[in-house]
Amino acid sequence: MSKMEIRLAGTGGQGLITGTIILAEAGIFENKFVAQSQSYGPEARGGMCKGEVIISDDKIGFTKVTKPTFVMALSQLSFKKYCHDLDEDCFVLVDESIEVPADYNHKKFMKLPILQTAREVVGKMQTVNIVSIGAINKILGFSSAENMEKAVLMHVPKGTEELNLKALAEGAKLVK
Amino acid sequence: MASKLVDKYFREDHLPHIWCPGCGHGVLMRDVAQAVENLGLDQNKVVLVSGIGCSSRAAGYMDFNTMHTTHGRALAFATGIKMARPDLEVICIMGDGDASAIGGNHLIHAARRNIGITAIIFNNNIYGMTGGQYSPTTPYGEKGTTAPYGNIDRSFNIPKIAEAAGATYTARGSAFDAVRTTKLIEEGIRHKGFSVIECASICPTYYGRKNKKGSVVDMYRWQKENSVTVEKAKTMTPEELKGKLIIGELSRDEFPELTEQYQKIIEKFGKGEK
Amino acid sequence: MKKIRLMQGNEACVEGAIAAGCRFYAGYPITPSTEIAEGCAVRMPQVGGHFIQMEDEIAGCAAAVGASAAGVKSMTATSGPGFSLKQENLGYACITEIPFVLVDVQRAGPSTGLPTSPSQGDVMQAKWGTHGDHPVIAIAPSSVEECYRKCVRCFNLAEKYRTPVIFLMDEIVGHLRESIEIPEESELEIINRSCPEDPTHTAPAYSCKKGELVPCMAPFGSGERYNITGLIHGEDGFPTNSTKTADAQVKRLIAKIEENLDDILEWEEDMPEDAETCIVCYGGTARSVYSAVEEMRNAGEKVGFFRPITVWPFPVEKMTEISKKVKKVVVVEHNNGQLVLEVERVIKNNCALDFLGKVNGTVITPDEVIAKVKEG
Repeated sequence: MSKMEIRLAGTGGQGLITGTIILAEAGIFENKFVAQSQSYGPEARGGMCKGEVIISDDKIGFTKVTKPTFVMALSQLSFKKYCHDLDEDCFVLVDESIEVPADYNHKKFMKLPILQTAREVVGKMQTVNIVSIGAINKILGFSSAENMEKAVLMHVPKGTEELNLKALAEGAKLVK
Repeated sequence: MASKLVDKYFREDHLPHIWCPGCGHGVLMRDVAQAVENLGLDQNKVVLVSGIGCSSRAAGYMDFNTMHTTHGRALAFATGIKMARPDLEVICIMGDGDASAIGGNHLIHAARRNIGITAIIFNNNIYGMTGGQYSPTTPYGEKGTTAPYGNIDRSFNIPKIAEAAGATYTARGSAFDAVRTTKLIEEGIRHKGFSVIECASICPTYYGRKNKKGSVVDMYRWQKENSVTVEKAKTMTPEELKGKLIIGELSRDEFPELTEQYQKIIEKFGKGEK
Repeated sequence: MKKIRLMQGNEACVEGAIAAGCRFYAGYPITPSTEIAEGCAVRMPQVGGHFIQMEDEIAGCAAAVGASAAGVKSMTATSGPGFSLKQENLGYACITEIPFVLVDVQRAGPSTGLPTSPSQGDVMQAKWGTHGDHPVIAIAPSSVEECYRKCVRCFNLAEKYRTPVIFLMDEIVGHLRESIEIPEESELEIINRSCPEDPTHTAPAYSCKKGELVPCMAPFGSGERYNITGLIHGEDGFPTNSTKTADAQVKRLIAKIEENLDDILEWEEDMPEDAETCIVCYGGTARSVYSAVEEMRNAGEKVGFFRPITVWPFPVEKMTEISKKVKKVVVVEHNNGQLVLEVERVIKNNCALDFLGKVNGTVITPDEVIAKVKEG
């Protein structure tokens, strides 16, 4: 049995909730059970924002993430709130811009220039969620590249398809 | 002596009505029937919706598709009926408290939408059903059981509110002037869009007695002597118009009717015909 | 080919309603139910139906009832504070026997409370919120799939019994996205109200056929000109002060539900023969219980669950039967103890009773359920 509990946290406007929806969508293409949810309220409006998705081989009971197996933080605040007290098997991904204290000793840890890639390589900050997904799927590998592309195309505005596919590919490239 | 009009439009099994002797509502109800008759509407396609209060009982007496709803909500129910079935002719009969106090919000929003409903308000300046409390149209200084020392609220001018909110036809009639009032109601029904016809009624039992307005005849006489037509009112000063009942067509405007606009949206999706 | 889609609970409710034949929506924006209004605004004209955003919650409910009287299946949706405002015309629909579906995506209260944290604090309001004695059907979905399928069922029951049906969702299922299999049209049973064969028939509008408890219903405009009133009325639909009629009318309204429990009640149970503890749960909270039960069983605990899908009327007989077999019933609900009162009334002293609730706006976790069950 495999069950992934994924949490993406950052700032409102980074499209992270859509990010979790796309991961869920790809999960369905891979014949998995999925449950996606998010935090609503003032938190989701410019402040801290969090999307969650569970992707599992088995039927999902409880739908909220309690023991994350993967956490991504794209802001300092979200790093502080969500990247501590985790199981040691949990994979932590943070943006390069985040200042990680010297005593932070989580083992499965990776830093990637996600924001910079969206801004400079893809050339559009709005694609930060898709760059993230590219990297996440490279790390977790639960979806074929083809299915992930299909999922992305279902949730991006018309006219931005090419840009977003590029973002997905650039995200994947970050993971060496 | 049942007239043809009564035979055709009233549920005689449910008459006599519960209104007090001399109440203006009976006359106004007849005006509504006469207006429908004059327009030659199909009775099966007319829906009469009322709220709660003395006026609302009209729905039970008239032989249409009738709905006696909750206090103040007649227009909200009617909006659902008209929106779901634009082919139906929807008429609302409401009282002054019903339409402008508890139902005031529904009145202004029905006006704002310009939905094709005819709102007829039987205004007797009092809450009659509950025993004579002052209403939003009780004149300043007059008495009600809850205004024992005289009403210190100003009263609403309902057609003016409706016009300001977007009603595309407003008028005022009276129980005394049945012929003119029938015409105004007829015009309101014919008008495409939201129509408001305020009808000055009389309540001899509560409003009249509480405010020493004399007998039923005195109250009708007051209406007769103090009614001023819209045309005549234009020649009078505000001072001269004080305390007068301005009757006739008060305003008319053009704006697309709500359900017709919605129909165009439906047709975009190719589901126009049911 | 099966149509599998990722869908949010609120969105599934909209699609379920449309599949059930709903062609009218009136409402007022309020989270966490807003996506239902937004979904209907998009979808209704596409299927030849109508959507209208009303000036307030009261009007939203009134317009939905009006549309149904005009012969169109209708729905309104709301949350917490809005549910309080809907109560007036919910009662009107009960006494006038106008079918429609009222969705309440519950959120934490009282009053404006914690927008828009999850809660199941409206379960007693669903039963007693509108004044007077009246029939109630309330259905609580636990998954996105159920937001679709049980919404269809709400419409079916509303039409069949000429009564409003409350779809008692909660924030957990309303905002949850899961995969759902969209049923084929042919797979769904759709029930429509029974209309008089001859609309100009002379039978009184509210008279029932012999042996039946639900009168047939002519839509406005069909030729049968009858009266609808929120006053106590006789078979003819006209107001009366007759004590005999009042008694007969109210009792028939309740009987039409109470005498059809076999048809109306629905539940999910997973109670092994040797189960010593039964966890009672409903709606979104059931998801915590599913996980907790699985974990406890893996650890050898003798535990099962009972989930009423029809919350009102409450499945009294089934609950009684379970209470006679187990040592303990634990009610888990997202409030300070509401349905537990009904369970307590029903199980009497057949077994022990415990309760786990929460009012801080956070979800009840499987760990909390496990801790409660192990406690005693």
